[in-house]
Amino acid sequence: MGKDIKFDMNEVYLDNSATTRCLPEVAALMTHIMCEDYGNPSSMHKKGVEAEKYVRYSKEIIAKSLKVQEKEILFTSGGTESDNIALIGGAYANYRAGRHIITTRIEHPAVLQTCAYLEEQGFEVTYLPVNENGVIKLSDLERAMTRNTILVSIMHVNNEIGSIQPIAEAGALIKRMNPNTLFHVDAIQSYGKCRIYPKRMNIDLLSVSAHKIHGPKGVGFLYISEKAKVRPILFGGGQQRGMRSGTENVPGIAGMAKAVEQVYMDLDSKVNQLYRIRERFIQGVSRIEGIKINGCQGAESAPHIVSVSIQGVRSEVMLHALEDKGIYVSAGSACSSNKPAISATLKAIGVEKQYLDSTIRFSFSMFTTEEEIDYTVMCMGELIPMLRHYTRH
Amino acid sequence: MEYKAFLIKYAEIGVKGKNRYLFEDRLCDQIRYALKRCDGAFDVTKSQGRIYVNADGDYDYDEVVENLKTVFGVTGICPVVQFADEGFEKLCEDVIQYMDEVYPDKNITFKVEARRARKNYPKDSMEINREIGEALLKAFPEIRVDVHKPDVLLRIEIREKINVYSVVIAGPGGLPIGTNGKGTLLLSGGIDSPVAGYMIAKRGVKIDAVYFSAPPYTSERATQKVMDLAKIVSKYSGPITLHIINFTDIQLYIYDKCPHDELTIIMRRYMMRIAQTIAEKSGSLGLITGESIGQVASQTMQSLMATNDVCTMPVYRPLIGMDKQEIVEISEKIDTYETSILPYEDCCTIFVAKHPVTKPNLNVIRIHENNLEERIEELVQTALETEEVVEIKWEV
Repeated sequence: MGKDIKFDMNEVYLDNSATTRCLPEVAALMTHIMCEDYGNPSSMHKKGVEAEKYVRYSKEIIAKSLKVQEKEILFTSGGTESDNIALIGGAYANYRAGRHIITTRIEHPAVLQTCAYLEEQGFEVTYLPVNENGVIKLSDLERAMTRNTILVSIMHVNNEIGSIQPIAEAGALIKRMNPNTLFHVDAIQSYGKCRIYPKRMNIDLLSVSAHKIHGPKGVGFLYISEKAKVRPILFGGGQQRGMRSGTENVPGIAGMAKAVEQVYMDLDSKVNQLYRIRERFIQGVSRIEGIKINGCQGAESAPHIVSVSIQGVRSEVMLHALEDKGIYVSAGSACSSNKPAISATLKAIGVEKQYLDSTIRFSFSMFTTEEEIDYTVMCMGELIPMLRHYTRH
Repeated sequence: MEYKAFLIKYAEIGVKGKNRYLFEDRLCDQIRYALKRCDGAFDVTKSQGRIYVNADGDYDYDEVVENLKTVFGVTGICPVVQFADEGFEKLCEDVIQYMDEVYPDKNITFKVEARRARKNYPKDSMEINREIGEALLKAFPEIRVDVHKPDVLLRIEIREKINVYSVVIAGPGGLPIGTNGKGTLLLSGGIDSPVAGYMIAKRGVKIDAVYFSAPPYTSERATQKVMDLAKIVSKYSGPITLHIINFTDIQLYIYDKCPHDELTIIMRRYMMRIAQTIAEKSGSLGLITGESIGQVASQTMQSLMATNDVCTMPVYRPLIGMDKQEIVEISEKIDTYETSILPYEDCCTIFVAKHPVTKPNLNVIRIHENNLEERIEELVQTALETEEVVEIKWEV
């Protein structure tokens, strides 16, 4: 029943925080590896050595992007697994030192649900509140830290509203109070959009996913500082020095590294372009009546995410109306919108009740053009008054 | 125990007089359709008033039974063991072994019922009954005979080979699909309409379906959900032709021109009209809905009268007297429940008034419908012309 896949020139994809289009050079490299250089990196013969080279080279590229050592990069199946290893593996490796974990109320479910699991296992978790812009207060973090705090997990850029947390300041604070406390950063939305240097920012663990940066789905990595104690959560053949058993996803890993290479090329000018796109969009939609932009403005926010509340239009309807115009967006956060539920992040930043079910997330990529933004703003200007007219009574 | 064949029991077909062979042929077709989903090769044959399914080689017993249970018209499925005729003594041994394996607990009563289709067999039915019975009593001291209400009715059929069976697995009953014309089901994403479709299909009726979508108010996932539901129903009913009608413009037009508390009733009148047009074109003999008296505002007797008013063909409402819980139980049994409760908005609920009329006055409704005169014909026409038709069938 599947429709034929076609690349429609009129497709305006503004859901890049959900996932991004894979770069053609990434797909080409992966196809080559799957069909030609398909060896298992653990095999002793030439095919294996060849495959291992891809893994090593990829590690080199990724390590460079963060200015860390190659041995500090662990390949995983994506953001969720990276978060799980960081939290579960970090908590269990250090539980003798204490049982207290700190995180925030606006984390991705991959962190929140893992914390809920750890609570069941006897760990204690503190959830830091955020202000109306979706940012934590360092004083709250300072107060929450105890002698028993073994792990702090804070996301860099929020996936629903694009708020940026003061990671460097938090890192300094944590290490000043307890040098042994591990600091995990979920950088899934920020890697490739902001410069991140774990050593300077006192980050011990950092989660990244490939498909958010024009790489393939099903692959990601976790940076683990050589000083950090983390236990594996997957056991088996002992690949990746026993930290994560399972044959390496060679095409995925090589594809991810290729994407990193591309994204990091002229990163600053790409980020500036994203900010320009974002500003243009915000200026455009702000002219429409009954519209509210959630979270921070300008450089205080991530360059690629805008959360917009539209009075009197349910987000699901808005989303499908835009879809009809070839524009793809998310209602709240795509990761939690299979089941229409009210977003915890929007609640945490105090979005009023009438807006909770009327919020749309637009997220841009380095391929988003000004024409696409203007077209989207125009469509919204036409659609919103019409959609407001037809409502439940 | 290795079963190489199944005897299929059917009830009502037996009394259908001269049409009997037609019913039996349809039943064989439907059994073959169900067996297509199973691994292995099967031979479905009619012989002397019985239908046999013979497995040709390896197959998965549970899979075959599960699929035979989806065939309307089947009242019972009997797994049969076949023995080659190697003399009566050997037969006794085989039957003893059969009973031993199938009934580990011997504290039961039984009765032997032999049937001699091959008349040259050296013993007649009465002799077989008696002598096998004696052999079993001797082999298992705890076992007892009860000729009136036995726990186990052991059947022995002397044919080319000898068939032995005693277990009857209940089938769904009803009549084979294709013996009773075609009906058009108004299918939504809810719990009721798939059950209604199932129940009418059970009486041998082939099913077509109509779904009303309302983009952008309903999503593509809602349409996918309805296709998934149709697919589950098609497991029982055979292939379903699903007509997807874009209802948005009609709905918005009604919203603009008619009182909001009558929106649902007027909308449903147009759904019935459109379904009826589709039904007439495809040779359907009636409409099928999942309505049940008083379940919601649009299903009070007054509301049903108001929607029924536009129908010229019969409307079958198999759930009309059922409680929600009874409907839910059937949907769980036929496996549509899980899909039905997925939370996608349905076109009936998007503009529903806070206080819809529960006792609509037919004359008032008709008068308000006149407000639509200007464009409604054209909108209905467009909806019909732009319908999307999908052929839905259960495949593995």
